[in-house]
Amino acid sequence: MSDAKQRILSRLAEFRRNDVELPTPLATPTVYDDRLAQFRSVLEMVGGQLIVTRDANETRQAIERLEVVRDARRVLSYCPDLMASAEGLDEIHDPHDLADVDVTVAPGEFGVAENGAVWVCDPAIMHRVSLFLSQHLVLVIASGELFNNMHEAYHHIGRVDSPFGGFISGPSKTADIEQSLVIGAHGARSLNVVLVDR
Amino acid sequence: MEHATNANTFVANTERAHWHDQSLWFVRTKRDRMAQSLAEWEQLRAQASAIKGYTLAHLGELLEQFEREATARGAVVHWAETTEDHNRIVLELLQARGMTRVVKSKSMLTEECHLNPFLERHGVEVIDTDLGERIVQLRKEPPSHIVLPAIHIKKEEVGELFHEHLGTEQGATDPQYLTEAARQHLREKFLAAEAGLTGVNFAIAETGGIVVCTNEGNADLGVSLPKLHIACMGIEKLIPRLEDLGTFTRLLARSATGQPITTYTSHFHGPRDGGELHIILVDAGRSKIVGTKEFREALHCIRCGACMNTCPVYRRSGGHSYESTVPGPIGSVLGPLREPDKYHSLPFACSLCGSCTDVCPVKIPLHHQLLRFRRTLAETRKIPWTKRAGMKVMGWMFRRPWAYRWSGWLARRVMPWLPRFLVYNRLNPWGKQREMPEMPKRSFRELYQIERPK
Repeated sequence: MSDAKQRILSRLAEFRRNDVELPTPLATPTVYDDRLAQFRSVLEMVGGQLIVTRDANETRQAIERLEVVRDARRVLSYCPDLMASAEGLDEIHDPHDLADVDVTVAPGEFGVAENGAVWVCDPAIMHRVSLFLSQHLVLVIASGELFNNMHEAYHHIGRVDSPFGGFISGPSKTADIEQSLVIGAHGARSLNVVLVDR
Repeated sequence: MEHATNANTFVANTERAHWHDQSLWFVRTKRDRMAQSLAEWEQLRAQASAIKGYTLAHLGELLEQFEREATARGAVVHWAETTEDHNRIVLELLQARGMTRVVKSKSMLTEECHLNPFLERHGVEVIDTDLGERIVQLRKEPPSHIVLPAIHIKKEEVGELFHEHLGTEQGATDPQYLTEAARQHLREKFLAAEAGLTGVNFAIAETGGIVVCTNEGNADLGVSLPKLHIACMGIEKLIPRLEDLGTFTRLLARSATGQPITTYTSHFHGPRDGGELHIILVDAGRSKIVGTKEFREALHCIRCGACMNTCPVYRRSGGHSYESTVPGPIGSVLGPLREPDKYHSLPFACSLCGSCTDVCPVKIPLHHQLLRFRRTLAETRKIPWTKRAGMKVMGWMFRRPWAYRWSGWLARRVMPWLPRFLVYNRLNPWGKQREMPEMPKRSFRELYQIERPK
């Protein structure tokens, strides 16, 4: 054991208290009658767009119709059944090679109604950098699953098995210059969420 | 230096001080709207406070659990007892790999450690990638707020700064245009970086993972391009379980900027394929604070900045007047806990209004701690003799009803006749911008004697 670790832990051992317990989970966090409506309104508030489809076919068409997709020179897709990638994902070995990707289409596991966030994780997304490096982002929630709040979301995640997982709520933004909101700080300039409502 | 003296230059520009005050109040009102949108807000605060209370009571074993789990997932955990230890570990990690280009996302801990100048002295280029942080880095000054580092800077000044450093058009002030310029400039830096440094918002003992929250996505870019990710965290950033994030992610952004959640809330469990993740656990005085009954709750802090946005003194004096990495109410507790000699004036930069305590998402009793600190500082003679003498006289008087009555009587009689220079002078800083109250003819006691029901 390193000396620093030893000293820190022995000090903390001295201050250990047994009379403090973990609280029980929150009894009744806010839930929404219409989760989809709540999700849409918050997502739009944070600068994202929601498209609701009913099946894979509609989803495919919805993605193709998106302006950012139509204008894109390079599209990277992690949803091969919905959108074809021009290149094999296995052939990309260096994340730096993704610097000029215009649009990334990636699967989102589920959404959260209270804050418009979508949970994304590897291994579904092989090169996680494209979520942030790509100019525009399209997330597809194929399961159509929406949870009310973050308690439910983490309960569903349960345990983490992959190195990366994240909530994304809207496009990249900043207000660091005089509190003026600017969309497209470092990450995606736009976020479209396509939710398949079965 | 004294906070009040430092604040002189800030308040001298009335218009600007007012603008600063209003900018922060705007953020405070956004926070209120978000907090009020949840019926369970108060329960959430209590929950968060209790979780942090448990964490501090069991910090040693939770840190060991975190180390075990993180190691099992392929991360390397380092322990730093001091800020110097921390800086040395970072430098060694870089030097061992021959790396000299680092991008950094916002981390108050590395500010506290003065990591940037240290690395620069050793030939490492460190680029702050949060827009606000980059602005203050180019200006060669520290951030003035922990969440809004450039809140004290006007867009005209950013325009000039970017014209000089990034080659933007002269006189440009449009935030959209300036942000785009920074995006292009920093993209080059991201792509050229050899290592990415981040802070840590939450570390989960149960899973060995760390969570980093940003709105810009700079942390994610910074650690997803280069092979090396170094995450620096104070040991108090720990939470016991994954499910506890449900509570904290609901509180953090709502309290900080009035957003329902940060744009990016990223969970890192071990390194990515072919990469390395190093996590540095920094004590730097924190374990000692765990042992202080009166002040340990200060370690609940999740660095949301809500106490700054609401503080009437912070809003009107600016972050730099505190001369400490963390300014505002929480900084006025943490500063003197670490260096009482340097920060003795901070607990007095407070009107004891208690607003900070009301908005704190983890229920730190800030204004009680500030008051308690004043006593400690008075006892250890860290406040000026004029104040100490004044307090002695007051204490003597308040213990003797006759002396209290007599001095009140005297003041009511004499004050109205005194020439202005005797009342409004150096010895009465209160009267600098204020008029003393008009002296009533009778005291409350006298009025009560007359009016009381027979």
